[in-house]
Amino acid sequence: MNSFADRFSTTGTAVEQRRIKEYVADEEDVSDSMWGSEAGFGTIAHGTPNFMVPTVPDPSAFLRLHTDDHADPSCRIKIKHGTTTLAFRYQGGVIVAVDSRATAGSYVASGTVKKVIEINPYLLGTMAGGAADCQYWETYLGMQCRLHELRNRERISVAAASKYLSNLVYNYKGMGLSMGTMICGWDKTGPAIFYVDSDGTRLKGDLFSVGSGSTFAYGVLDQGYRWDLTDEEAQELGRRGIYAAGHRDAFSGNTINLYHVQQQGWKFIGNYDVSEMHYNGPTGTAGYGYGVRVEGRSSANPPA
Amino acid sequence: MPDGSYERPQQRQFNPYSENGGTILAIAGADFSVIAGDTRQSEGYSIQTRYAPKVFRLTERAVLAVNGFAADGNMFVKKVKQRLEWYRHAHAKDMPLRAIARLIQTMLYAQRFFPYYVYNILGGIEEDGTGAVYSFDPVGSYEREACRAAGAAQSLVQPFLDNQIYFKNQTPAPGTNHPTHLPLPDVLSIVIDSFTSATERHIEVGDGLEIYVVLAKGRSTQELASIGGLQELSTRAEGDRMFVIRRDLKKD
Repeated sequence: MNSFADRFSTTGTAVEQRRIKEYVADEEDVSDSMWGSEAGFGTIAHGTPNFMVPTVPDPSAFLRLHTDDHADPSCRIKIKHGTTTLAFRYQGGVIVAVDSRATAGSYVASGTVKKVIEINPYLLGTMAGGAADCQYWETYLGMQCRLHELRNRERISVAAASKYLSNLVYNYKGMGLSMGTMICGWDKTGPAIFYVDSDGTRLKGDLFSVGSGSTFAYGVLDQGYRWDLTDEEAQELGRRGIYAAGHRDAFSGNTINLYHVQQQGWKFIGNYDVSEMHYNGPTGTAGYGYGVRVEGRSSANPPA
Repeated sequence: MPDGSYERPQQRQFNPYSENGGTILAIAGADFSVIAGDTRQSEGYSIQTRYAPKVFRLTERAVLAVNGFAADGNMFVKKVKQRLEWYRHAHAKDMPLRAIARLIQTMLYAQRFFPYYVYNILGGIEEDGTGAVYSFDPVGSYEREACRAAGAAQSLVQPFLDNQIYFKNQTPAPGTNHPTHLPLPDVLSIVIDSFTSATERHIEVGDGLEIYVVLAKGRSTQELASIGGLQELSTRAEGDRMFVIRRDLKKD
């Protein structure tokens, strides 16, 4: 009768049928949701998606053999890598800044990657490690956060959202997932940042930087960070941190994406070219590079 | 050893992947999209065939180009087409381009632990009538872009595109600006030049060129009138129009 409601109910005959179907196990990899006829709820109704695994004694060794470009640069499937991301908490909310370079070996595969994943209007996730792993699981996290809202009539906390992600990737530990992410947002408790990675680590903190250029970003951040930063100072610190990484780390660069999380949700501040920051700076008046500071006072350009 | 035993320990491994060369490329315009690929398929230094299409029509307004391991690519395209047909049966319309892009992400990611060795580029017309290009890595990370080259000659073609499409390292004449979108004839010239040049400098590129052109609904087809080797693929003249241009590339 009401087949739509039945499909998502937890009692009645429909549930029994569903249970039997699960017991018999769907043949092959074709599920009903693939027909796209479940009112758009297909992927949710069936829980966590299933993954095809090669029929070899050690599937993760198989994956490593063909995809790990650190161990073997000549391997075929190159998963995009290399990053600098940072986020910090301060009096005015959370600043999130990332670069936009993706490398496959030494080739710059893309200079326009969106490494901030907009999970929902109150949550941001950053991308370091496998691009697909971060994009896919943080999108999936967004779906689960929405379901949490519908079920509990309340937005999910940053702590709960990050724990959901951390538990999720922990299920796949040792299978080759690669992600280092910061889940940033504003909830009942105020601004919050959680660092979550594919090893299963989950840390709450005020200041994090993740990726190959993180050491350079930390250098800038540790030097300039204060809790009572103004919004402008905080945004400048985030931008300057990614610039430093883009300048000194070969695997980071191209452009900077800057976000600010406040009580009313996140706001995209802007996209800044790293070279442009080096020579001209964000306002076009003074570059971050030390060229302006040594003008007329260096060995290349000695005082008259 | 003659007795059948081994002198040293033997190690074997499961290697289901190969690399079949070739290059694909897509460029988005304001109200059109161009998706192209060469037709050579090779393995090592041997050419297996001079005509193996890498670019496929998915719907009236979506085209998918696949590059990498041909067997995986063909299987992947087959499965995408099947899913799009199921969608048509369920919803009585074609899947929108941005939804196809997300579908491709989930289909690639479903193989996260046994990946398809394919680089996908999806091109076509978005629901709002703009030209779009989506590029994917083998496990499904994707991004909408204005242009993208993938495959064997990626590193030869992409810098040329960066310069000609994004105007990288070009300074506009004083008082002028670079255009945000190029007109169709300029894009077609850039595509053809990209492939003739890649054919000259890369041994795995050549034989034939297939250029798919998708035009948004109501757009003039005037600019295509003088193009040689043109064939229309669209069934209805009132919707989005799709054309394919077939050209020869050097065969040596």
